[in-house]
Amino acid sequence: MFAFAIRSLAQGVLVLVTVAFIAFSMFRFVGDPVVNMLGQEATQQDRQELTERLGLNDPWPIQFARFLGNAAQGEFGVSYRQGRKVSDLIKERLPATLELAVLSAIFATGLGVLLGVYAAINRTGFVSNVIMTTSLIGVSLPTFLIGIGLIYIFAVELRWLPSFGRGDVVRLGWWSTGLLTESGRKSLILPVLTLGFFQLTLIMRLVRAEMLEVMRADFIRFARARGIADRSIELRHALRNTLIPVVTIAGLQLGSVIAFAIVTETVFQWPGLGALFVNAVQFADVPVMSAYLMFVAAVFVIVNLTVDLLYFILDPRLRSGRRVAKGH
Amino acid sequence: MATGDTAMEPVLSVRNLSLEFVTRRGVLRALNEISFDIARGEVLGVVGESGAGKSLTGTAIIGLIDKPGRLSGGEIWLKGQRIDNIGHDGLRKIRGRRIGMIFQDPLTSLNPLFRVGDQIAETVLTHMPVSKAEARARALALLTEVGIPAPESRIDAYPHEFSGGMRQRVVIALALAAEPDLIIADEPTTALDVSVQAQIITLLKRLCRTRGTSVMLITHDMGVIAETADRVAVMYAGRIVEIGPVADVIRQPKHPYATGLMGAIPALGAKVQRLTQISGAMPRLNAIPAGCAFRPRCTEAIGKCAEAVPPLVPVGATSARCWLHEAQVERSASHG
Repeated sequence: MFAFAIRSLAQGVLVLVTVAFIAFSMFRFVGDPVVNMLGQEATQQDRQELTERLGLNDPWPIQFARFLGNAAQGEFGVSYRQGRKVSDLIKERLPATLELAVLSAIFATGLGVLLGVYAAINRTGFVSNVIMTTSLIGVSLPTFLIGIGLIYIFAVELRWLPSFGRGDVVRLGWWSTGLLTESGRKSLILPVLTLGFFQLTLIMRLVRAEMLEVMRADFIRFARARGIADRSIELRHALRNTLIPVVTIAGLQLGSVIAFAIVTETVFQWPGLGALFVNAVQFADVPVMSAYLMFVAAVFVIVNLTVDLLYFILDPRLRSGRRVAKGH
Repeated sequence: MATGDTAMEPVLSVRNLSLEFVTRRGVLRALNEISFDIARGEVLGVVGESGAGKSLTGTAIIGLIDKPGRLSGGEIWLKGQRIDNIGHDGLRKIRGRRIGMIFQDPLTSLNPLFRVGDQIAETVLTHMPVSKAEARARALALLTEVGIPAPESRIDAYPHEFSGGMRQRVVIALALAAEPDLIIADEPTTALDVSVQAQIITLLKRLCRTRGTSVMLITHDMGVIAETADRVAVMYAGRIVEIGPVADVIRQPKHPYATGLMGAIPALGAKVQRLTQISGAMPRLNAIPAGCAFRPRCTEAIGKCAEAVPPLVPVGATSARCWLHEAQVERSASHG
């Protein structure tokens, strides 16, 4: 188990370094930072001095090492457009995105597993058919359309919920949360539904398909032949076997929920990282873009590590170390 | 062993059991008029080639037939209680508690995510009014009894940590967990190493004998039947074609199909160039010929075989479903 965790960690670091290299090379393609910083009127002398001071005359491996060192400390330089430190910008925007993504994830996995299990157990029931048909809409409609549709119904027509922004937020240290005020909670509902709906339907369909597959397995037949109660067979024996493949897909999906909330954030004018990134792309704000790239990579690496560790909890077959330890 | 005792009520009594599959292209009869008894402590072997309906008979008894299959006739009695019409919950209380089942593949019979001890304790807790600690103690005793080495530590192991033979021992422990009256063993050794097969059969036989548990042993291994069973039923295309004491069926089979089957057993010491072989294949369910289903492959078929299905009639020590014997019975009667 320990060796496995170390190996996963090493792989994660490798991924991060590779992405860092791509983020680093972005600076080389998008103009000369010296020109950007000094403007047109600077003398040749000034440029050379600044180039030397920024270390841009050093060979690229040294520059890359410096970039890595800074990135490891969360420093990505100064935004070209806003003139503020990128790390501060991210810190400011992170709570909005994380709050949105985590709530969507809970909504999508919780309800997704529940509905999936229900649809698998009552395969031919009317409600199951309704669920399955509705889920087809979730899988096939693009996220922005769902968002706009929800805004039209709940914000424009019914006027129940706000259509944009986070509402009032409460600051807890550097973290800002919308969960503690009523307008903040109301503002969360539509974006969470929009962001989570696709994942919800995907997870639900996946759980249903996997569960139907598991229910055909020999050990389920054997459990029936032993007289185990149906509920126990479905919720204990079958569900746990279902969850192993589901965790993989759900994990990757949750990574993408956090990383690519861009569309939802744009539709709802959500002041999160996605919106920050979209603005950065429009102005070729390379430090922000490279920081966002690193952030996305880090999220995926962390999610994958968590999924790998979850396997160990769920599947005893992976804990092969035990066998040796017990000496049989 | 208990065959002579006619006064004793059989543990299992199957009467004219028929089973059919309703498909889009019509109704397929998979089991036809199956009747047999199993006495207390008796081992009934059920043999036949793949698709003859051996496993289906076992599955039907324990009530695990999946749609589109359905029982279309007949009765199943367990110790005087009719069990083919008692519904889902009634059957669930009988499964595991009064009829235990062992499947072919021990590698897939156990839930890979649960410790073997917990799986046994779960079965015990489902059927018996005991505490968790007692259930675990019982699981330990069962593991010891089925010959798992170091059961105290293996009780907390997962199925993948056992070899195939050891897993089948665990499966046997599971089937016996609630002290059932009858064990249905569906090809319990087919998936195992030849060297392990004998051990498992010996173990199963010993455990059932000490408990007085009856066994329905489904297999296509005639060697296993010869060593283990008291009586044997030979199945062909959904019918029992011959049933009787194992020694009689093996030495003097009455039905031509049984004769062919016994001819395919290699005898030790005898110098045989080739084993006998029954030409052709068993008909598919949707193409069973009229009359005797074995007629197209039978070397002794007579005119009557194409006309009607022969009844199962006593011939000497066994009963067979063959017109030849009806003729013999008539002939000997007229001579006598």
